[in-house]
Amino acid sequence: MFKVLRKKVLSDTGNDRVVLLDIEAPLVAKKHQPGHFIMLRIDEKGERIPLTIADTNLETGAVTIIAQEVGITSKQLGRLEAGDYILDFVGPLGQAAHYPEHKHVVCIGGGLGVAPLYPEVKHLHEIDSHVTTIIGARTKEILILEEEMRKHSHQFYVATDDGSYGTKGFVTTVLQQMIDDQQPVDLVIAIGPIPMMKAVANLTRQYNIKTLVSLNSLMVDGTGMCGACRVTVGGETKFTCIDGPEFDGHLVDFDEQMRRLNMYKDKEKSALALEGCGGVGRCH
Amino acid sequence: MSLNNQSKLGGRQPMSLLEDQLRISGFGEVALGYTEEQAIAEAKRCLQCKKPLCQQGCPVNIDIKDFIGLIAEGKFSEACEKIKEKNSLPAVCGRVCPQEEQCEIKCIVGIKGEAVAIGRLERFVADHVMSMEREKVDCAIQAGKKVAVVGSGPAGLACASELAKLCYDVTMYEAFHEPGGVLMYGIPQFRLPKEIVKEEVEFLRQIGVKIECNVIIGKTLTIDDLFAMGFEAVFLGTGAGLPYFLGIEGENLNGVYSANEFLTRVNLMRAYKFPEYRTPVHVGNRVAVVGAGNVAMDAARTAKRLGAEVHIIYRRSEEEMPARKEEIEHAKEEEIQFQTLSNPLRLIGDDKGYVTGIVCEKMELGEPDSSGRRRPQPIPNSEFTIDIDTLVVAVGQGPNPIVTQATPELQVNKWGNIIVDEQTGATSIPGVYAGGDVVTGAATVIKAMGAGKIAAVGIHDYLIAKE
Ligand SMILES: Cc1cc2nc3c(=O)[nH]c(=O)nc-3n(C[C@H](O)[C@H](O)[C@H](O)COP(=O)(O)OP(=O)(O)OC[C@H]3O[C@@H](n4cnc5c(N)ncnc54)[C@H](O)[C@@H]3O)c2cc1C
Ligand SMILES: Cc1cc2nc3c(=O)[nH]c(=O)nc-3n(C[C@H](O)[C@H](O)[C@H](O)COP(=O)(O)OP(=O)(O)OC[C@H]3O[C@@H](n4cnc5c(N)ncnc54)[C@H](O)[C@@H]3O)c2cc1C
Ligand code: SF4
Ligand code: SF4
Ligand code: FES
Ligand SMILES: [Mg+2]
Repeated sequence: MFKVLRKKVLSDTGNDRVVLLDIEAPLVAKKHQPGHFIMLRIDEKGERIPLTIADTNLETGAVTIIAQEVGITSKQLGRLEAGDYILDFVGPLGQAAHYPEHKHVVCIGGGLGVAPLYPEVKHLHEIDSHVTTIIGARTKEILILEEEMRKHSHQFYVATDDGSYGTKGFVTTVLQQMIDDQQPVDLVIAIGPIPMMKAVANLTRQYNIKTLVSLNSLMVDGTGMCGACRVTVGGETKFTCIDGPEFDGHLVDFDEQMRRLNMYKDKEKSALALEGCGGVGRCH
Repeated sequence: MSLNNQSKLGGRQPMSLLEDQLRISGFGEVALGYTEEQAIAEAKRCLQCKKPLCQQGCPVNIDIKDFIGLIAEGKFSEACEKIKEKNSLPAVCGRVCPQEEQCEIKCIVGIKGEAVAIGRLERFVADHVMSMEREKVDCAIQAGKKVAVVGSGPAGLACASELAKLCYDVTMYEAFHEPGGVLMYGIPQFRLPKEIVKEEVEFLRQIGVKIECNVIIGKTLTIDDLFAMGFEAVFLGTGAGLPYFLGIEGENLNGVYSANEFLTRVNLMRAYKFPEYRTPVHVGNRVAVVGAGNVAMDAARTAKRLGAEVHIIYRRSEEEMPARKEEIEHAKEEEIQFQTLSNPLRLIGDDKGYVTGIVCEKMELGEPDSSGRRRPQPIPNSEFTIDIDTLVVAVGQGPNPIVTQATPELQVNKWGNIIVDEQTGATSIPGVYAGGDVVTGAATVIKAMGAGKIAAVGIHDYLIAKE
């Protein structure tokens, strides 16, 4: 059993609640490096889902996860409070991100991709890279981790689809501007919805800027045992859980990933409806 | 209840089977086991040979003759103890061992008639004694040396149990949330009820083994960490958990599963009870399974129980099928269609990315190859398509790479299997032992257990010598 040490609601627009949880898992905290994720199962009947490790605290043994309530399991997670327990929590999983000496790294986070991007931004800042962060969201209200990101970035931009905050447009609008301004960019890290990562990769490909993306494939075990998380990279099949989750964005077959992510859409909806949460937002 | 394979005069006692219709509508166990009378009658068929050849066929060398003799006298608990001297998981092995090619193939009675049903008798005593008081280990004066066992499949379970009986302080680490390895996530409920596996695991706890789930060695803790934590030896029984795919076009379409994923979703995660259990599985009306080993049969029979029409696609003929005869028979009784001499070429999908068909070519058997099996060759212009909603690929698996990647000093062969000294289970790292599928590649429950036991002795000798 793993104890919930802290819970915080990061954003709440009625539908898209984003919650932060600190889970007591000292062994996982100790081994965490940027890029790692965990798998958790809330209770006996629960499914196993992957979530990125957003932060750790070695003193309290806390592992911070940030989850967007999108379906039954994440909503159930959102209902937990400090003092509650979850049944299973395992990690850290995946390949740690290794960055060579880069002069200028542009970190792009879209939607919930901001959470997994955070430890990478922090890490890059610590190893003295020049960090530019661009975060994007549909609207101002659902921006998360803005202050934390700002603190660890040399340059910081926000893009909102509706222009309610920062640049009006997409993260690629800001990136394109930087490229047009002749700012030298050595590496781009993009984490977010597939269409965003695809758009970033398509842009940087034209300028030959190395781009890493972090994939959120469907997973069951997270240890290379099942192959649920397969993705085509450069024409080869890879397992996101053991070969990734970061891959060269110029080589990933995003369309295939998109289709695979939608595999259980109908079942997920029916599961949610049965819980009495069907479409009406959260269930408390 | 029906009595299949009716006993002929002098033939073996028949095993009652669940009726076909009841079977495919649920996950209840198919083979129902012997009654006391049947067990005694079957035991009396044993000739109590002076030189019991049967015993040589058993990878863990059970005193088969003696335990059967005890059953004939109605001494079931004693029979169970006799088996337990060599095999700590009789309820499991009695069900899933390929007896017909191990102990039973050597049985003298089998030369002229049907061999003594050793496996069924083993299962009978185990089931009979399961509910009764089990052996206790008295380790009041134990030295308390700590040994870590990594992986809780048959290899790990056997190793941990031997070490606990030798009074070591054993901690077993398991990556998954439940112990048991393939017994838990692979072999389906209808062939090996999970309650039996849980009972065996519970027994390990009773004799003092600590079980830590949700710990991945190589990730959560490294082998170096284990030594730093005071463990004096480590056993690696991490299994063959990396699924192979066919490498054909369309294999990443939605609805294409590895057998591992399909069986894990259904068995371990209970997807057959979705949405009460929250893991979904995609089955549809027509399922094809590629491969013909035990894993393929399990996947096919599982899909059948989820309501699909099921086809097994295999390159060679039925004779070459690696699955146990009994499993093939059960699959046929359950109306699984066998598409032999058929080689998958590519998969077709719809515009949403779901698989809709598998294109195969017909094969014929040519000259025997180096393995002695006749090599299948394609028949030109023989392509045909089977419409499917789901494909399960069951063509084998390699060793899981997590431990070996995190431990570069650990010597592996070109397939990634850990190299050990067969006599002791020792790896290239002092104090680190290994056994089971991670060493041999996908094999059998009883072989993995045998390897776990050998390593336990190896570890014991190593720790004594170290003193
Ligand atoms: C390496 C990795 C890191 C991730 N990190 C985060 C994170 O930090 N925060 C966060 O909110 N989300 C993260 N995700 C996605 C998260 O796992 C899914 O949002 C979650 O599983 C949804 O489950 P649900 O039951 O709430 O929703 P559902 O209604 O079941 O599914 C909603 C959507 O989530 C995805 N999904 C469903 N089941 C799984 C599964 N078993 N594995 C992966 N994706 C699934 C599918 O696209 C699905 O359509 C990550 C995924 C991966 C692979
Ligand atoms: C579907 C199926 C049907 C089968 N049917 C039969 C049959 O009828 N008869 C028969 O004799 N054999 C059968 N087999 C084969 C048999 O199950 C295996 O040979 C046997 O289970 C191997 O045992 P093992 O202990 O080596 O590995 P496994 O049973 O694979 O157990 C390994 C365990 O180690 C854990 N693990 C892996 N890596 C780590 C890590 N880094 N840290 C911690 N834990 C880890 C895994 O999660 C797993 O629980 C079948 C196999 C399958 C898949
Ligand atoms: S363990 Fe297997 S091989 Fe040995 S006697 Fe029992 S059924 Fe036969
Ligand atoms: S070989 Fe057959 S008859 Fe002889 S002891 Fe073994 S089981 Fe009995
Ligand atoms: S999640 Fe099972 S192999 Fe990656
Ligand atoms: Mg879900």
